[in-house]
Amino acid sequence: MRFNEKELISLSRQPSERAAELGMRGPKKGDVVKRRLVKLVVNFLFYFRTDEEEPQGALLLEQCRVEREDSQAFSITFLDEAERKYLFECDSQEQCQEWIDSIIKASYEFMRKNLIFYRTEIHRLTGKDPLEQYGIEDETRFQVTSGLQLMPKDI
Amino acid sequence: MKLNERSVAHYATCDSPPDKTGFLFKKGERNTAYHRRWLILKGNMLFYFEERESREPIGVIVLEGCTVELCESAEEFAFAIKFDCAKARVYKMAAENQAAMESWVKALSRASFDYMRLVVRELERQLEEIQEGAGGLQGRPKSSRKAGGVARSKSGASFSASTVPSTQVTGAALAQGAAHARSLQEEVQLLSGASKENGVAWSKPSALVNGCSEGPHSGVPWEGNGGGDGVRPPPVPPRRRGASLESPVSPGTGCFSKLHDWYGKEVAELRVDWLQSH
Repeated sequence: MRFNEKELISLSRQPSERAAELGMRGPKKGDVVKRRLVKLVVNFLFYFRTDEEEPQGALLLEQCRVEREDSQAFSITFLDEAERKYLFECDSQEQCQEWIDSIIKASYEFMRKNLIFYRTEIHRLTGKDPLEQYGIEDETRFQVTSGLQLMPKDI
Repeated sequence: MKLNERSVAHYATCDSPPDKTGFLFKKGERNTAYHRRWLILKGNMLFYFEERESREPIGVIVLEGCTVELCESAEEFAFAIKFDCAKARVYKMAAENQAAMESWVKALSRASFDYMRLVVRELERQLEEIQEGAGGLQGRPKSSRKAGGVARSKSGASFSASTVPSTQVTGAALAQGAAHARSLQEEVQLLSGASKENGVAWSKPSALVNGCSEGPHSGVPWEGNGGGDGVRPPPVPPRRRGASLESPVSPGTGCFSKLHDWYGKEVAELRVDWLQSH
């Protein structure tokens, strides 16, 4: 599958939500833990070999599960490949928890749910749809579909 | 650079609803002819398929740090996705009619994660203001301190007559898409650093599924504001802090997706009201 690699590399250079050197182990059998600079930018987790400018790889953080592995480590598994775990070793429990929290919040879908929550709550409290003043109340991405697929017409 | 391609492709076709789908003509990378492709926009990812029935996308365009513009082209209804990094590609597209073009440009220019984050932060701020302010206020936001300004103009159509070529088509500020969202990224990061609680704490000690709904919810029935017509809002739930997630007026929020489903039912009804009154 093609992807806009140059632009993704450029994205990896943007200010990050969180960045640290962690131990990282890939999902394949025989992969070992290696020190990587791990950087969270929007919904991507980039990992760099130490002292390299360009990331070795990127993980899109959608449709994934983040789990604590032990006191100082967490793993990321993607829902379509539940047996493959990416393991990350931190330097402390606190750091580990911070990473877990950040990664959960780093998904677009998570933010969308937040937005819908705030939107409905504000409407409930004020009787007003807070998105109206920005003219974006009809945007598909902000709709509560509640299981109903409100697919826009193909025009 | 490696990418978890299989999982990315799975995101395209999994059952979370896309933000937009349709046919577009996409200019090829090497072969510069326009090819008709089936496009699926989900979050900040624009997937393109050979056919509507194709199982796997040919490719994906990550929509961060880009602008969407109308462009001059031999093709009618053409627009371009432009990135501002060095030697960046320009993705040229053409729609089948004016309405489709406008709809795509609008959808794509607001597709970035940055933009979504901006809107979420704004609503979060508004909700906090409402919860902290005296009861009965309409929750009008203060004039913004944010860099770049957040214009409150209600923009209906973000386009004037779109026959002007190469016009940067964006709305204004929060009604706007790509360009300003990035310049506010720094401020957004300061905000995100400041509090882990967005009014609701999301951390759970065990496995957490990122963005996916879980099992059946069994929340406390929410005595909603049935007859509210703005005269006197119901008591505001106490500001949630840290790990304490329970509140007297909302279902337990240990799992947001449960709350989401719960609200979904309420809001489906509310939406009918909104639509009827506008």
